[in-house]
Amino acid sequence: MAVIRRRSALPQAPSYTLADVHALSDAHDEPQWLRARRAAAWAIYQDTPMPYQEEEWRRTDYRHIRWDEAERLTQANGATAAAVPGKNLAPLTGDEQGGLLVIVDGKVVRSELADELCRQGVIFTDLQTAAREHETLVEPHLMTRAVRPADGKFAALHAALWDYGVFAYVPRGKIAELPLHVVCYSTRAGAALGHVLVVAEDNAQATMQVEYASAESAAQSAYIGATELIVGDAGNLRYVSLQDWNRETFEFSHQRGIVGRDAQLDWVNGVMGSRLTKAFIEVDAVGTGASARVSGFFFADRDQFFDLDTQQNHHAPLTNTDLLFKGAARDRARTLWQGMIKSLPQMQRIDGYQVCRNLLLSNEARMDSIPGLEIEADDVACSHAATFGTLEEEPIYYLMSRGITRPQAQLMIIEGFFDELLQRIPFERVRRRLMNEIEAKIIG
Amino acid sequence: MVATLEIRNLHASVDGDEEMILRGLDLTVKKGEIHALMGPNGSGKSTLANVLMGNSAYEVREGEVLLDGENLLDLEPDERSRAGLFLAFQYPVAIPGVTLGNFLRHAINARMKAEDPDSKGMPIPKFARLMREKMTQLQIDHSFAGRYLNDGFSGGEKKRAEVLQMAVLEPEIAVMDETDSGLDIDALRIVADGVNALTGPNMGALVITHYQRMLNYIKPDYVHVLYGGKIVESGGPELALELEEKGYEWIRERHEALAQAEA
Repeated sequence: MAVIRRRSALPQAPSYTLADVHALSDAHDEPQWLRARRAAAWAIYQDTPMPYQEEEWRRTDYRHIRWDEAERLTQANGATAAAVPGKNLAPLTGDEQGGLLVIVDGKVVRSELADELCRQGVIFTDLQTAAREHETLVEPHLMTRAVRPADGKFAALHAALWDYGVFAYVPRGKIAELPLHVVCYSTRAGAALGHVLVVAEDNAQATMQVEYASAESAAQSAYIGATELIVGDAGNLRYVSLQDWNRETFEFSHQRGIVGRDAQLDWVNGVMGSRLTKAFIEVDAVGTGASARVSGFFFADRDQFFDLDTQQNHHAPLTNTDLLFKGAARDRARTLWQGMIKSLPQMQRIDGYQVCRNLLLSNEARMDSIPGLEIEADDVACSHAATFGTLEEEPIYYLMSRGITRPQAQLMIIEGFFDELLQRIPFERVRRRLMNEIEAKIIG
Repeated sequence: MVATLEIRNLHASVDGDEEMILRGLDLTVKKGEIHALMGPNGSGKSTLANVLMGNSAYEVREGEVLLDGENLLDLEPDERSRAGLFLAFQYPVAIPGVTLGNFLRHAINARMKAEDPDSKGMPIPKFARLMREKMTQLQIDHSFAGRYLNDGFSGGEKKRAEVLQMAVLEPEIAVMDETDSGLDIDALRIVADGVNALTGPNMGALVITHYQRMLNYIKPDYVHVLYGGKIVESGGPELALELEEKGYEWIRERHEALAQAEA
């Protein structure tokens, strides 16, 4: 089938209006502060041009998005959790979930929280409900500290028009042993503007996994999302995000962790789906002794395009950030990782590390990695690296010499490449599932 | 019939290279026999090992290699392995992310699937028992199975891992390519004990080595000297001792003289 694409020089914008923003606030009976916040974000959105050719966007051409399809705000049409694939709903570990929140087409269809967590004062609910019922907890954090409307055109659009979300909160000193599990699923094409806000207060601990997926569709979709992870002093958050949108989805997302004094954030980000993903993934180590481990895996095939833009900001001394991304590309896919470690002046004794390892599986695929450092202190240990490899004959021959067939040997080597990263996911069942998904991409 | 590896008039070069490295090599190894193949550097020892296993970096120009009458040269390395050939590598490759245990389970299952396409492979508990038994036999720490294949292994650990693979896969004929290189005397003894435990009526071995040292521990039935790409001397264990005593110089002299006489 011949596809003729008409491209104007500049990217088109979706055709949302302020009326859409108001309609959303009305529909959810939002408190005044939230209405005001949306309106302010809308003003920023209007003042910001569609990103194009700025440094962070220079290599990412999204002009093939058809906004007439992708901008349609999805209305839930009665789809239930039954529409969600079983693999996404399976408990992360054992038979019980700490909490399960399933959102289909922007509507919460299942919401469960273990009694044990309830008793501790853990809140795990959709963001609209939380904005009404837990105002004092949501208002100080929602797009004020981590992701801000001024971060970019899509951040502003998201802040004005986010239409579903999750709020997870663990009070000071509480340890949520059982993991919280969120599944965001779309059965219909169109726009999804999902928000995740996690607040682990001082000395609190939590583990959470959020999965994004959608049903196949010929029409285009847009996910304009934001994730905010706020870890209080001496808190500990393990967070896993898995994205597997259908092949007609364009993701534009801002994700940011804020890590307090002596706190730890262990964050794994998996990107498997979408047609195009442009994700800003940032951590701010804001308290002395804060520590963040940011891991990412991605596997692009066919005509997928992933642009992962990471930043590790050291805003306090004695902070440690460790970033490892591993990705593969085959067919005509293209991936890009741009990394940056930044430190404010006088932030001594910081330790920042970033590395992206790329496995190129076809001659037509292309992978780029652009590490960077902006350090304004002298007593620091910061390093970065990017590596590129292909499937080499020597290890294949070695495995074959033990009776393993060539396709199986290739599969094992690619899976081995990802194993180190998947081991950072704290759920055996999820690791196995992801390995199967990687396998499907290798074979497919 | 006793399993037999027959190498006939084998000529081989590095792929794409004019220069022939193996130049008419003949050798027969039967199950139950231990053959030592010795020779100076550059005589073609490692080329032979790689050609036997089917390394695509080498090209066979002439000759044949039969295992129980089946022409190995038509087979891919995995098919050669499943036919009963094993190569203990001189430089085993590290494969991060693939544990030794998982790798060997795949190797066993590949064999079972080749025999019966419907095979589900060896049940994991049975495989775990097999691994434990073999690791105990070879005095290998059981944690070995959970480590990434050869990744960060010391020289001695790599060679022990090779012998463990041999023990688990139970080949008919094993080719050991300089398995003694890089081993201290304790590691050498452990590896040699392993090889001795595995050879016998069920396996034949071709032990390729530069030094006689290994043959203090693995007693060969036959010793061959490779020089200039062919076998120029064959004898019993005493030949290895003679080489130890006199070095390779006399071989060089004798065969250069012969070659000149022929020319």
